[in-house]
Amino acid sequence: MSSLKRNRRIDKAFKYVGIGCTMFGLLMLVIFIGNILIDGLQRIDWDFLTNLPSRKAEKSGILTAWTGTAWILALTAMIAIPLGVAAGIYLEEYGKKNRLAAMVEVNIANLAGVPSIIYGLLGLEVFGRLMNLGASLLAGAFTLAILILPILIVATREALKAVPNTLREASYAMGATKWQTIWHQILPAAGGGILTGIILSLSRAMGETAPLIVIGALAYVPFVPKSPMDEFTVLPMQIFNWVSRPQHEFLVNGAAAIIILLLITFIMNGIAVYLRNKWQKKITW
Amino acid sequence: MQDGDYGTFVEILTVTSMNLKIHTLLIIVATGFFAASCGSKNTESGSESGVLTGEVKIDGSSTVYPITEAIAEEFRVDQPKVKVTVGVSGTGGGFNKFSRGETDINDASRPIKEQEAAICTENNVKFLELTIAYDGLAVLVNKQNTWVDHFTVEELKKIWEPSAQGTITKWSQIREGWPDEPFNLYGPGVASGTYDYFTEVIVGKSGSSRGDYTASEDDNVLVQGISGDVNSIGFFGLAYYEENIDKLKLVGVDSGTGAIEPTAQTVKDGTYAPLSRPVFIYVNDVAAKRPEVIAFVNFYLNNAPTLVPDVGYIPLPQAEYQKGLDAFKSFVAPVNQ
Repeated sequence: MSSLKRNRRIDKAFKYVGIGCTMFGLLMLVIFIGNILIDGLQRIDWDFLTNLPSRKAEKSGILTAWTGTAWILALTAMIAIPLGVAAGIYLEEYGKKNRLAAMVEVNIANLAGVPSIIYGLLGLEVFGRLMNLGASLLAGAFTLAILILPILIVATREALKAVPNTLREASYAMGATKWQTIWHQILPAAGGGILTGIILSLSRAMGETAPLIVIGALAYVPFVPKSPMDEFTVLPMQIFNWVSRPQHEFLVNGAAAIIILLLITFIMNGIAVYLRNKWQKKITW
Repeated sequence: MQDGDYGTFVEILTVTSMNLKIHTLLIIVATGFFAASCGSKNTESGSESGVLTGEVKIDGSSTVYPITEAIAEEFRVDQPKVKVTVGVSGTGGGFNKFSRGETDINDASRPIKEQEAAICTENNVKFLELTIAYDGLAVLVNKQNTWVDHFTVEELKKIWEPSAQGTITKWSQIREGWPDEPFNLYGPGVASGTYDYFTEVIVGKSGSSRGDYTASEDDNVLVQGISGDVNSIGFFGLAYYEENIDKLKLVGVDSGTGAIEPTAQTVKDGTYAPLSRPVFIYVNDVAAKRPEVIAFVNFYLNNAPTLVPDVGYIPLPQAEYQKGLDAFKSFVAPVNQ
């Protein structure tokens, strides 16, 4: 009887510890976001979004930074999604499960944990210098694409794994080839998961600064990039630059730019959640 | 083309152009064409005015960045079609690119090092060094610190030299009569030109100091550290002090002629020794053949006197900028022959 009581007490205690842990994370986030909003919200207006960088904090804007971020995101997505999803499909559906496959798997998981500045060095040497892309948008996009590939591959594989095997077997039983099975059955079923992976990995790419600094992304760019070969800056670079300036007005600008960056991230994650929910409702088996 | 023809040409222009601004512009362009077609020595062609295009790639020190950014911003008003881009790889990271010929101009908060110059020679990159402003390094303590009135250079050396690590830890060890309490050190990270310069003039060897200090590449972090710690000693660029006067106590430095505090005047005339330093731009000679780069560098030196103080740095005496302009002129001149 007493042991039952004790067990219940432990259960209750754990529940409160768990609530505490959850609240701690949330509280930190609320403090951080609240702080940023107080500092930066009054600075955001149309001019802030459409002005070029300037030495005068109040005249300075993020036009080139957010357009650079948009370019980088679009290019990175175009490079990384086909590569990552195709590699994930191959490894999960076609690849044989032997020791080589196990090794590839471990290495992909390891790559996902490599510090991003290392990818920057790789990008500088391979894309910037060997392929002679310099500090262009394309070099940056390739670097970030390589950076998020492991995450994309892992996410794709997890999504494919979650598709019940009975679905594959039913398809094969109808005489479908492997490709037909993948294209018509498995991909639609796994689509929500893959999409979540894509958007989460792109959100990560968007926040990266270190690899782009290494390949030579710039701090002051007074023009909107017009082609993938143009030089560029991105929002995190602009923020980094502003918060290290001595004048308080630049810190306010930094806070305002952080709000914009967070907004873009929230919108992207929101789209991911929405699409996944919509997708899951469609699928019944 | 004879002088007479040129005169007629200008007259026709005067008649046809209604807008005075376009008019002057055309004359200057015409002068440029004229000079070029006659093969005369004219270093002014393509500089200052006329519609230029192309790119000027700049990278380097984050200390010099605010100055170059200000210049680039104003230059854009003059020459909206020239794309001037500025990076912040640091003085060393910038020279790495500059010595490969990847950038046209490098911002530097210290002179080029021998091995960096050697790589330039190896890659056949010739360059010109132009001093563009002064920066003072401020030595700071907490506002509530009542005992420190000034430091001598020897005292600073005693605090910062490598052998001080673990042995010099209390105020009383710096000067007799100061409290018997431990102090804490704050300074820029070892990758910065500011750190290189401070260690060179204080410790005697660039890049050599004790390691047990709080280092940050972000000077605002240092400001917060020093203002929140009664027992702090730190140093960083004067511009950061000027934005935080109410939070920090500036300490004068005595190099043998009495304690002197860094001000625009003492940094400019060199009496705030040894912690006032010049900052530079380096111009690549191949790039200096391009009219947009020539125009940019001339614009830089011509406008530095007004724009340098605007971003918190101390301008050189006017004569020094003129010297820079002359040096740049003769650096470019052989090209136009």
